[in-house]
Amino acid sequence: MSINTAEHRSVARAKRPLWTRIPVVHQLRQSVGLQRGMLVAGLVLTAIFVLTAIFAPLLAPFGFSQLESGNKNFGAQQAPSSAHLLGTTVGGYDVLSRVIWGAQTALFVIVVAIVLSIFLGVVLGVVSGYLGGWLDRVLVVVCDAVYAFPTLLLAIVMSIVISGGKSNLVGGVLAAAISITVVFIPQYFRVIRAETVRIKAEAFVESAKVLGASSGRIMFRHILRNATRTLPLIFTLNASEAILTLAGLGFLGFGIEPTSAAEWGYDLNKSISDVTSGIWWTSVFPGLAIVLVVLGMTLVGESLNDLADPRLRTRRRAAAAVPPPGPTLDLAPGASSDIVGDLELERQS
Amino acid sequence: MSTLARGQQAVGITDLTVTFATDGGDVRAVDGVSLSVNAGEVLAIVGESGSGKTVTAKTILGLLPETATASGAVLLGNDNVVSISHARLREIRGTSVAMVFQEPSTALNPVYTVGWQIAEGLRAHGDYTRAQAKAKAIEILDKVGIPDAAERVNYYPHQFSGGQKQRVVIAMALVLDPELIVADEPTTALDVTVQAEILDLLRRCRDEFDTAIVLITHNMGVVADLADRVAVMYQGEVVEEADVTSLFGNPQHEYTKRLLAAVPCLGSGTVKTQERAAKRALTVGKAPLVVATGLEIEYPGRFGRPSFRAVNGVSFEIGANEVLGLVGESGSGKTTIGRAIGGLTRITGGSLSVLGQEMRGVKERQFRPLRSDIGFVFQDPATSFNPLLTIAECVAEPLVVHGRARDARAARARVDELLEAVQLPRAFGDRYPHELSGGQRQRASLARALALQPKLLIADEPTSALDVSVQARVLELFAELQREFGFAALFISHDLAVVDILADRIAVLYHGELVEEGTGADVLGAPRHPYTRRLLASLPVPNPAEQALRREELRLLRLAD
Repeated sequence: MSINTAEHRSVARAKRPLWTRIPVVHQLRQSVGLQRGMLVAGLVLTAIFVLTAIFAPLLAPFGFSQLESGNKNFGAQQAPSSAHLLGTTVGGYDVLSRVIWGAQTALFVIVVAIVLSIFLGVVLGVVSGYLGGWLDRVLVVVCDAVYAFPTLLLAIVMSIVISGGKSNLVGGVLAAAISITVVFIPQYFRVIRAETVRIKAEAFVESAKVLGASSGRIMFRHILRNATRTLPLIFTLNASEAILTLAGLGFLGFGIEPTSAAEWGYDLNKSISDVTSGIWWTSVFPGLAIVLVVLGMTLVGESLNDLADPRLRTRRRAAAAVPPPGPTLDLAPGASSDIVGDLELERQS
Repeated sequence: MSTLARGQQAVGITDLTVTFATDGGDVRAVDGVSLSVNAGEVLAIVGESGSGKTVTAKTILGLLPETATASGAVLLGNDNVVSISHARLREIRGTSVAMVFQEPSTALNPVYTVGWQIAEGLRAHGDYTRAQAKAKAIEILDKVGIPDAAERVNYYPHQFSGGQKQRVVIAMALVLDPELIVADEPTTALDVTVQAEILDLLRRCRDEFDTAIVLITHNMGVVADLADRVAVMYQGEVVEEADVTSLFGNPQHEYTKRLLAAVPCLGSGTVKTQERAAKRALTVGKAPLVVATGLEIEYPGRFGRPSFRAVNGVSFEIGANEVLGLVGESGSGKTTIGRAIGGLTRITGGSLSVLGQEMRGVKERQFRPLRSDIGFVFQDPATSFNPLLTIAECVAEPLVVHGRARDARAARARVDELLEAVQLPRAFGDRYPHELSGGQRQRASLARALALQPKLLIADEPTSALDVSVQARVLELFAELQREFGFAALFISHDLAVVDILADRIAVLYHGELVEEGTGADVLGAPRHPYTRRLLASLPVPNPAEQALRREELRLLRLAD
């Protein structure tokens, strides 16, 4: 009697269109109220940052290392004017151009740093969490040791080791990115390992085990995808931390030379002496750029975090006046129930 | 004790509607429910999961989450809980209405003594000195039957057993003499022998304190044992309300009839088992698939504590084509034995031979080829499927792992056959596990276990996470498939009635030891071991008159111990 019940009921449920299932778009549609405001603000800031980075050659009036145009020197520490909208630095560079080109360097570093750390961190986390034993213990100790180091100090050491004092664009960016990577791997490792250890105890992993699936198959088919749910969140939060580390390195003098690339931290460093002599434009704009980009990415990360947790997610309140179409079981939307179908079927016949 | 005289109304619910805001739009959980309970009366609300029974009960205490909107009236005395202020709500909680939760181990705070937690309610509703509060806590613990109350009032929750913890929770509810107690599945997390004691205690609450009790349960045996009146809920509505004798004797609504028919009864399996035994006698002579001799399994202890022996000297056999039912309470070692046969737990002593392979000290590599001959069905169908794979991919997994198919798509034809064998439409293969109901998921789980046509199937409480009505169908299907495919099975359950339906032989475990083994008729009809006898007598039957007799029997049995 039960064979056909579900078919009777299975109103062909169209899958949600693909674009609404893309991670961030899905959350955007899901959010309401203040959470939506936060997410939208973060997305807008991040979008402006990414677009500026991509179109820097078109947007910037001058090159990042340009000191003159038409054989006429810009002049150092010029106040904002029609020729230089945001003025010039102590080194004689155009501030607006340096800020715009700086976005490109920042994006470059974020991408390299995260690509390097995410893959290694995730793979190590899954393997270590699932296999356990001495491998797990060694990796956890190593990661704890890296954690215990001050992030910036470690980044400085790494950048000295990697670049050996030289600093062209690729070398400088890679030095910064790899030094950030070293700091981030333990974060991804820890998060993924914790998830793996939790999922390892779930019944579906055991059921794969009793089927005789190999460890590799269990790790990468059954556990990996279930363990990566929190990644977008760490990803955005780490991106903002990557910018801060890069700016910190530049500020302390371990960054990229102005002739190789524009870098906000370096510009800030050079503008320290300006502040006391009333020259505000050399420090405010690179500083503002750092703050806005970090704010944007943190807002995206934090709202994704809130939306991922059903307890923190706000929903539109149920409208008491308009009754919804009848009661539903506490199953997922679209789920079917055994009994309902049977009774319906009997009523029909 | 209650301020109300027997027969006065304790709570009146009129036209209650509760709507939840969810991601999938608004969901109406309770739809126009009207009920009333009088002092000294037990009203049972029964229904399957999702029928709105728990939501109704939580509304009485004003415990709905923020996403819910309630309309209608819930009258407690002169207060309408739906619309009163938070301050007034706090006043009446505890004094007018109290709650007993399902899981006693999570309802108690592990870092405070039980005395402190009972006194917490007193402190919230009046001035008590520390000594007065403690005296009151001791008095109430004594009343709910905790021995040495004066000393044990200073114990922490973990120092009590599960049944005693539930007594403490009931004591917390009783300490302020509420007119109404809402008990949400108060015995579901407890073993059947402990359940009988807690039901006795609740009955005493009613008789001695004249408390009104709203009992929420899905167990018809519990209803027959305790309730005076029953309300059957289905899809957010009360479909039938009647006193307990007429509901069981003469159910009116279609759904109620179906629900009652689905409840497994002791003794119903005996006839079937005899038929099967007669048939099997013809095929006797084959070597048994599983042989355990003096099986011992220990879990290592932590830091100097002795290791815990979960299974102690158990011997049994499972012959080809035979279903062995393993019954016991939680902690009796029944799941451990199932896991050991499936190669998930190492054995530490004795001998266990599975399909000819000695499991003591076996390497995973030696055992892996044999895994294709063993199917496993897990207790909770909700977690035993990878949530990111479709049902078809999950069912195809064993075929792919053992090289019978290249990938999930190549196995699809076989998967469709399997889904049909477990009476699921083919189209379900494209769904994700969360889109199926519990019963459907458990059937898909059966399909996966049978994909490789195993010689042995281990089913670990396959129906205990399901509603009664769904359970009946899954059991029926299990029996049908067993006839068709002819696999041997180890069927693990805490429910004697369920095991009785399926098993050819029943083995009873108690504290890691096998106390009794035999055919269903032997074990259930003429139990020899006192534990089996107590287990049988504790099992409430869905028939109020018969249950009253059994209760008396159990009391005598307890006196005899």
